[in-house]
Amino acid sequence: MDTQATQSRPNCAHLLGSVNTFAALPFLVLMLVGVSFPLFGGGYWGVIATRACVYWVLVSGLNLVVGFAGQIAIGWVALLTLGAYTTSVLVAGNVVPALPPYLALATAAVVGAIFGLIVGLPALRLRTFYFAITTLGFATIVTQVALAWQSVTGGGVGVAGPVFPEPFSSQWGFYYFCFGLAAICTWMTANIAASRFGRALTAIRDAEVAAEACGISKPVLLGAVFLFSGAVAAVAGGLFAALQSYITPDAFTLDLSVLFFIAILIGGRSSIFGPLLGTILLTVLPEFAAPLVAWSTFLYAVLLLVIVLAIPGGIAAILDFKNRRPLESDRAIIPRPNLLERLFGAAPDAGALTLEQVALSFGGVRAIDGLDLEIRPGQVHGLIGPNGSGKTTTLNVISGYYAPQRGVVRLNGAEVPVLARHRRAPMRIARTFQTPRIVGSASVLQNVMIGGTIDGEGTFVESLLALPRHRRDEAMLRDSAMLALAVVGLERLALVRADRLQHSELRFTEIARALMLRPAFLLLDEPASGLSVDEITRLSELLLAISRSGTGVLLVEHHPDLIFDICHYVTVLNLGRTLAAGTPAEIRSHPEVINAYLGK
Amino acid sequence: MVESIVLSGVAVGCVYALIAITYNVMFSASRVFSFTAGTLGMLGGVLGSLFIARIGMPVAAGLVLALAGGAALGIVTEVVAVRPVLKSLDQHLYVLSTLALALMVQQFTAIEWSTEPQPFPRLLDIARGEFDQQFWLPMLACAIVIIGLELLYRHSLVGHAFLAIAEDNYAARALGLPERRLRMMSFALAGVIGALAGFAGGEMLLAFFANAPLLTFYGFVPVALGGMGNNRGAVVAGILLGLFQQAANFLVGGIFASVAVFTVFIIVLLARPEGLASAALRRHV
Repeated sequence: MDTQATQSRPNCAHLLGSVNTFAALPFLVLMLVGVSFPLFGGGYWGVIATRACVYWVLVSGLNLVVGFAGQIAIGWVALLTLGAYTTSVLVAGNVVPALPPYLALATAAVVGAIFGLIVGLPALRLRTFYFAITTLGFATIVTQVALAWQSVTGGGVGVAGPVFPEPFSSQWGFYYFCFGLAAICTWMTANIAASRFGRALTAIRDAEVAAEACGISKPVLLGAVFLFSGAVAAVAGGLFAALQSYITPDAFTLDLSVLFFIAILIGGRSSIFGPLLGTILLTVLPEFAAPLVAWSTFLYAVLLLVIVLAIPGGIAAILDFKNRRPLESDRAIIPRPNLLERLFGAAPDAGALTLEQVALSFGGVRAIDGLDLEIRPGQVHGLIGPNGSGKTTTLNVISGYYAPQRGVVRLNGAEVPVLARHRRAPMRIARTFQTPRIVGSASVLQNVMIGGTIDGEGTFVESLLALPRHRRDEAMLRDSAMLALAVVGLERLALVRADRLQHSELRFTEIARALMLRPAFLLLDEPASGLSVDEITRLSELLLAISRSGTGVLLVEHHPDLIFDICHYVTVLNLGRTLAAGTPAEIRSHPEVINAYLGK
Repeated sequence: MVESIVLSGVAVGCVYALIAITYNVMFSASRVFSFTAGTLGMLGGVLGSLFIARIGMPVAAGLVLALAGGAALGIVTEVVAVRPVLKSLDQHLYVLSTLALALMVQQFTAIEWSTEPQPFPRLLDIARGEFDQQFWLPMLACAIVIIGLELLYRHSLVGHAFLAIAEDNYAARALGLPERRLRMMSFALAGVIGALAGFAGGEMLLAFFANAPLLTFYGFVPVALGGMGNNRGAVVAGILLGLFQQAANFLVGGIFASVAVFTVFIIVLLARPEGLASAALRRHV
């Protein structure tokens, strides 16, 4: 068995390697076209090409916010405005003594980062539409301030843009400057996209509860992304001002925001190349339709509607040939629990996870009413009971979705913090969900790698620049994830988009993701529902193996067979209280349980 | 001076409140906020000016046609931008589809009507006074809509059906209510209310395409603060917003008034994301 696993891994590494080269190819082609552009394009086309580069500098950052994190930031033009005015005003010396252009641009980046954070942070509290409206409101405000603050911005008359010194003062010189920055932005965002941060962003977008359970802190991650995105947007603003050579508030209409936004949507979510292509397309397109120039925003809007309704996946989905190949139809999940040892390394040494007198009611309904529970390491603890008896509520108290009104949850004697959902993962408490929470557009492997997010050591900046620690993290996470997939028996589907999997495979994917934490305690919410009889058998073998390796398993389940076959200890709940607790044999013969639950 | 601030504040506030009700009527029928709410208000003003001032129709005919235009846009919103994305509500595609539609209408108006604000005709042939029709017409419209909606919801079968759908979509469908037709009717009704807001406030706001994004934003503030789906909360919050805005306008100047409104809006929202008037419990798992 073991040799089989080692054989399959180099094979997969080879597969992943070829995917990476293949993915870089389109970027290299574009790079070549960009570098050699001055050879065959001239004059006005140079301006268009420069504009495309400037727009992409902004869009690349916004793409992380919109395309990856799924935050609908419509008014991002505000940061372009801010960057353009900051750079121009600092170079012109309206407020402080005139700064050299590069320093002004760097200052603009800092200002942009700060405002990116300010505009973005409401996303942590507000629902989608609310957030969209606030960014829109911010865009309106910035333009109005630019118009009103005449002593600094020149009001409606405007202000001259910065001029960059030699060698970037000529048209092509400036083009190469912008092109270089655009290339750097592409590289940096591609690094993020392929890092644990990129995957965590998609997890926040598509499966927020799962992201929290994996220990991903939404405020920290989104904060970093908003800082970065604001900074590059402001840099784009400085370049934009230099390109325009003179800026007025009129230059920054909402139409531009819409353009940026649509470029990302045309491109497709979780993609770098798609939005890049989208940006080029939208910058160039109006030039071919000069008579329609007045209608351009109208046409963008039509395009937006068509994309949303017809191809929500964008260009990236159209170009995703790999995932159109049919999957084998009769594929079986064959877990290999004996690999667990390699995945887990040394057995986790934790004490018990205990609930003491926990109570929680919703309105007048006592969901759980003074519950005591002890889950020991190395044991499978079954939690059964009729619907509404408080099983899932118990699970949700442990994982921090509900604050108990009374009582505490302790791990190894220490109190588990109330409601801090993302702080369960560092305590090595992992869980799965009643309906699998998966990032459908990511591959199975990427989904499982999300489970190990907190084990990476590199920072966001290190990933941005692909420094050694980032690469070590990625290699480590990929190896562990392949191993975790081998453990649950899904390694052959590693590179398949997760939304193409069957329900049972998603359940095992979730378990693999949870195993990435090397959990001291694993909470499973009805893992057997929707599984075939064979699959349940394999699941029970897998769970037993997991418990043998030292992990405490809490199993909420309706299948009595599964519970009585593998549990070391069973707690029966009724109306939020313990009806009975003991070994499966004791429970089976417990008169009240037989009456209330099992039937005669 | 205080009087004129209060008058114009309440009047503008009533327009915001009507737009907020437009949001709410669409929301209760579909769980969707639509960017077309402010566009409807803009359209009410533009259509009124078009039919009455430019074409020269009688006021009553202009009103009916403007409201019909609003209803039509409401129905188009439902068919084009809401219905196709309702099945994947969690992906929030409606934000984008309704934004796209709103932008299309707004740009079309800018190009085919005018990019400059156009005057809106005086609706009633009476002398200009302190308590002028441009102030009391929006208030009247707001009162009519509030009373009309109460009567509709309380005393008519269709109104009960609207409430049922707002309360529990699936249960309503299980009861055999024609959910799709009711949703279209709701959007048509929202269209009428939105257009009425722009029509009644036309003399104040003028017939201007750029009113659309402004009304979309200022009309949403009462929704957010009053609690979504809560019409009474929306009216109170709308009038307060109007008063606050006019007072700030007078005290610190127009630009900083909008900064002030925006800041207050954000702070209140961050402190109470569910609005000032309601508290909802969200289930995660």
